Amino acid sequence: MPGPDAPALDIRGLHKSFGAEPVLKGIDLSLAKSEMVFVLGPSGSGKSTMLRCCNRLEEPDRGEIRVEGDPVTGPRVDLNLMRQRSGIVFQAFNLYPHLTAAANVMLALRHVQKKPRAEAQKLAHDALDRVGLGEKTHQYPAQLSGGQQQRVAIARALALRPRVMLFDEPTSALDPELVGEVLGVMRDVKGQGMTMLVVSHEMKFAREAADRVVFMDGGNIVEEGPPEQIFTRPDHPRTQAFLARVRG
Amino acid sequence: MDVFIDTFLNGEVLAQYAPSILQGALVTVLLSVLIVIFGVAFGAARACLRAYRVRALAALIMIFADVFRALPPLVLILLIFFGLPNVGVVLSAPIVLFLVLSLVLGAFAEEIVWAGITATPKGQWEAARSTGLSHTQALIWVVLPQAIRMVIPPLTNRAIAITKMTALGMVIGVPDILGQATTAQSFSANASPLTLAAIAYVILFLPFVMASRWLEARFARPML
Repeated sequence: MPGPDAPALDIRGLHKSFGAEPVLKGIDLSLAKSEMVFVLGPSGSGKSTMLRCCNRLEEPDRGEIRVEGDPVTGPRVDLNLMRQRSGIVFQAFNLYPHLTAAANVMLALRHVQKKPRAEAQKLAHDALDRVGLGEKTHQYPAQLSGGQQQRVAIARALALRPRVMLFDEPTSALDPELVGEVLGVMRDVKGQGMTMLVVSHEMKFAREAADRVVFMDGGNIVEEGPPEQIFTRPDHPRTQAFLARVRG
Repeated sequence: MDVFIDTFLNGEVLAQYAPSILQGALVTVLLSVLIVIFGVAFGAARACLRAYRVRALAALIMIFADVFRALPPLVLILLIFFGLPNVGVVLSAPIVLFLVLSLVLGAFAEEIVWAGITATPKGQWEAARSTGLSHTQALIWVVLPQAIRMVIPPLTNRAIAITKMTALGMVIGVPDILGQATTAQSFSANASPLTLAAIAYVILFLPFVMASRWLEARFARPML
C-alpha cells in the first residue's frame, strides 16, 4: 500500500534461518512515521538479524518488508537504491579508516547519489554539524574517540537522507562515559522526525526516548507496548524474566 | 693480495667494460620497471576478480597462481625460449624474460593482494554496501585502498625478489647487467666485469630494499 498512509517501515511474516537454525520465525512489525521503536531481547533472540533484514544485509528467507510503501524485498528491487532509503548504524562503527570524517560521509553522496563535489562537501559538513562534529571534518577515524566515531557513522547514514534509520547496538562498543553523546545525537535525530528502529540494551534511554518497545525472544516478538508498560508491567513471563535478569 | 686485485678489480678491464655494464644496467632497469608495472597490475586485477566470488573463476585464478609460484622461473624461461620456436612462435629473449617474470610476479601479487582483501573487515563491505555502493564501488573505494596499504611491505619485497631475477636472462642472452658482465668476463678472461655487475646491482636495488624497510615501518603504524 504505497502512498502517504503507508507505514514508514513495515515488516510482514519475516522468516530467516542460518542453516538449519531458524532465527526469525515470522516477525510482524510496523513503524509509523517519526516513531522510535526499541527492540530488546536476550542475545540470540534474532533482533540484530531482523534489523539487518530491513536493508538486506541479511537476505530474508520469507516475508515482505516495505519502507514507506516501497518494497525492500522481492526480485525486482534495486538493492542499491533501496539501501539509500534506510540508513544503518553498526555496533563497530565501521568507519572507513583511510578516509577523513568528511570523506567518509561524502563517499556515497559522490559515488551513489552522484552529487557534484562542492554539494557533497556541503552536505557532509552539514551532516557532521548535526552530530556536533563540524570541527572534526578533516580528522581520520583513528584520531577520534569511539563516541565521535559513532557520531560520524550516524552522519554518514543521515547524509543520504534516508526515510528510516536502523541502529544495531550503537553504544555496545563504547566506553560508558562515551555512551551519552551518542544517545544525545540519537535523541536529536528523533527530534527532527526520523523514523528509528533501535536494537540496544540502553534500558534507561529506551524508557525516556522510545515511543514503543518490542521484546523479542527465540525469533519471535513476544510482547510490545509503550515503554512505561513494558518496563513496569510486562505481561509475558519471558519479558519479566529478561528484565529481572538485566536489572540484576 | 695482488692476485686478488688483479682478478676482481683489474683497473684496465674495469675501465674497458664499464660502458657495456652501464648499457646492461639500462636494460635491467627498463625490464624491472615493466615487470613491476605489469606484474602488480595483473596480480591486483585478478585479486579483484576473485573478490566477486564466482567459484569457477576463483578456482582458475588460484590454479594459475599456484602453478606460477611453484615453477622455478628459469624452467619457464628455458621452456618458452627454446620450446615455442618449434611451434612457430619466436619471441626475443628480453620479451620472454619480461613475460615470464611478469606472470610470476603477477601470481605472487594476486595472492598478496587477495590476502589484503580478505583481511579487510567484513564490516567495511557492509558499511559501504549499506549506503548503496555496488560491490564494485565498495571494492574500489573502500576495500582495495585498505587492502593495498596492508600489503605494501610484502608486495615490495616480492617485487624486489622477482626483478632481481632479470639476471636469469643471461642464460638466453638478454643483454642485461649480468649478460653484459659474463660476456665481458669471457672476452677478458677476468672476473672484474662481474665485480662491476655486483656493484651495479647493489646501486640499483639497495635503494628499493631500503625503501621497503621504510615502508614496513611506516605501515606498521596504525592507519592514519
